[in-house]
Amino acid sequence: MTPDEALAETIRVEGRRVLATLIRTLGNMQLAEDAVQDASLAALRTWPETGVPDDPRAWLTVTARHKAYDVIRRERARPTKEIAAGWDAPMAAPDPAAEVIDVIEPDSVVRDDLLRLVFTCCHPALAREAQVALSLRTLAGLDVAAIARAFLVPEPTMAKRLVRARQKIAQANIPYRVPSDAELPERLPAALAVVYLIATEAHAPSGGEAVARVDLEVEAIRLARLLVELMPGEAELLSLLALLLYTQARRPARTDPDGQPVLLEHQDRRFWDHAAIAEASGLLADAVRRTGGVAGTYQLQAHLAACHSTAPSWADTDWARVVGLYDLLLTLTTNPAVALNRAVAVGYLDGPAAALAALDAITGLDRSHLWHAARADALRQLGRPAEAAGALRSAIALAPTDPERRLLEQRLSDLD
Amino acid sequence: MTLYAALLYYPQDRYWTDLDHAQHAPDFREFAEQASAADVLRPGGMPLRPSGTATTITVDGGKGGDVLVTDGPYAEAKEVLGGFFLIEADDLDEAIRWAAQIPTAWLGKVELRPIAPMQGGTAIRE
Repeated sequence: MTPDEALAETIRVEGRRVLATLIRTLGNMQLAEDAVQDASLAALRTWPETGVPDDPRAWLTVTARHKAYDVIRRERARPTKEIAAGWDAPMAAPDPAAEVIDVIEPDSVVRDDLLRLVFTCCHPALAREAQVALSLRTLAGLDVAAIARAFLVPEPTMAKRLVRARQKIAQANIPYRVPSDAELPERLPAALAVVYLIATEAHAPSGGEAVARVDLEVEAIRLARLLVELMPGEAELLSLLALLLYTQARRPARTDPDGQPVLLEHQDRRFWDHAAIAEASGLLADAVRRTGGVAGTYQLQAHLAACHSTAPSWADTDWARVVGLYDLLLTLTTNPAVALNRAVAVGYLDGPAAALAALDAITGLDRSHLWHAARADALRQLGRPAEAAGALRSAIALAPTDPERRLLEQRLSDLD
Repeated sequence: MTLYAALLYYPQDRYWTDLDHAQHAPDFREFAEQASAADVLRPGGMPLRPSGTATTITVDGGKGGDVLVTDGPYAEAKEVLGGFFLIEADDLDEAIRWAAQIPTAWLGKVELRPIAPMQGGTAIRE
């Protein structure tokens, strides 16, 4: 990390903590965000010359507060304008003496403020896409342009989405509050789903240029680490972080030198990040210990990732365990994509006839190119090339991206 | 505190005539008593007659334009607005807890909408 990057990282990490507290004390998310944004820009401008202050968080807090109070004073001077809708904001002018004393919040208060921010961003009254956008903006500290690029939407569209979400929080009075222990089981899954969605978006085939995309995989892991830091005892959260780390560990082997995707089966396992795999395995073991054998969906997915990440080779994968884990996962979800993956694993365990039977037992995937491609593979192995070719043609017609289509066309020509 | 309208939506084909309201009256009474005792229920909430009695009015061409009157509710939807309560709660979470006590939440759906404060006869937008 260069000194400039380290500086930007400090501002970004501390800026989130300052924001979380400022939202509570100002009672207004938009105002707090604008103020922290201004303070961060001021820090980026001045710190390279003055050096990073002893307590960067205090510096950012004082600067952001002053920016916010400036805005409040200006708004007050305009008698017709109503401000601070939603939360009843304590809008009294600050007492400079008190300010110095109370500017450094204890870590426990900052922790609670970050939790408030997590659960406000992931409140069930907000649409999932709004939860994702808000989390990346306020928790991860990405700017609007970067989030828009990551989700391949125009910047004004993303900006509007964020404005609407903040307006709903203010006008519908979504509370800035840590859920009670009793509420947590129904509130935590939304936060996990947001992180998972950000991570899966990172792996989804991109229509844009890879270089222009924000590294959503890194952002998802950063968010997951923040949540683990805030709620260290939550087993599903530990499992989710483990799952993300297992996946990220394969990254160096996931593309060939030309940038083309390499399937798991063909990846050179020597290039995997074995430190990340070890960390993931430690987290997963912790999660298992905490749940006492009753696994949630993220734990099962992490176990599946572990099966691949700890196998010495594709051929040496414990397929019986993989199929067993998919069976367990199917008791918790009806997602046909899980059934598809299970059927493919059945093929490695019991051969192509068993795979074909399992594939044909799945309903609801006749629009999925992956299902047709998996059928084609089983049919080819069973020595039924004409039917395999037909299935491949269906897959090609349904393939969503050019690289996938090319891969399938290659398989079709290999049949002859 | 925020004032919310809890809008009560019912399946079109079961509202009023088929819904045996006598059967659900005790549940509605229970909600109203508890919400009143908790000082959450505000006066003004009303049931609406069935959507077959609705008349929709449009003024075409701006103020003073032609008044168009059509039979029936505005939207041809599977669900119809059947009434509303006014609930004043600390925040959305508290309002959701009360809305979940209204029998309509299991007979149909309840939509919570914050009431916009008024100033000088107009709703404050921000």
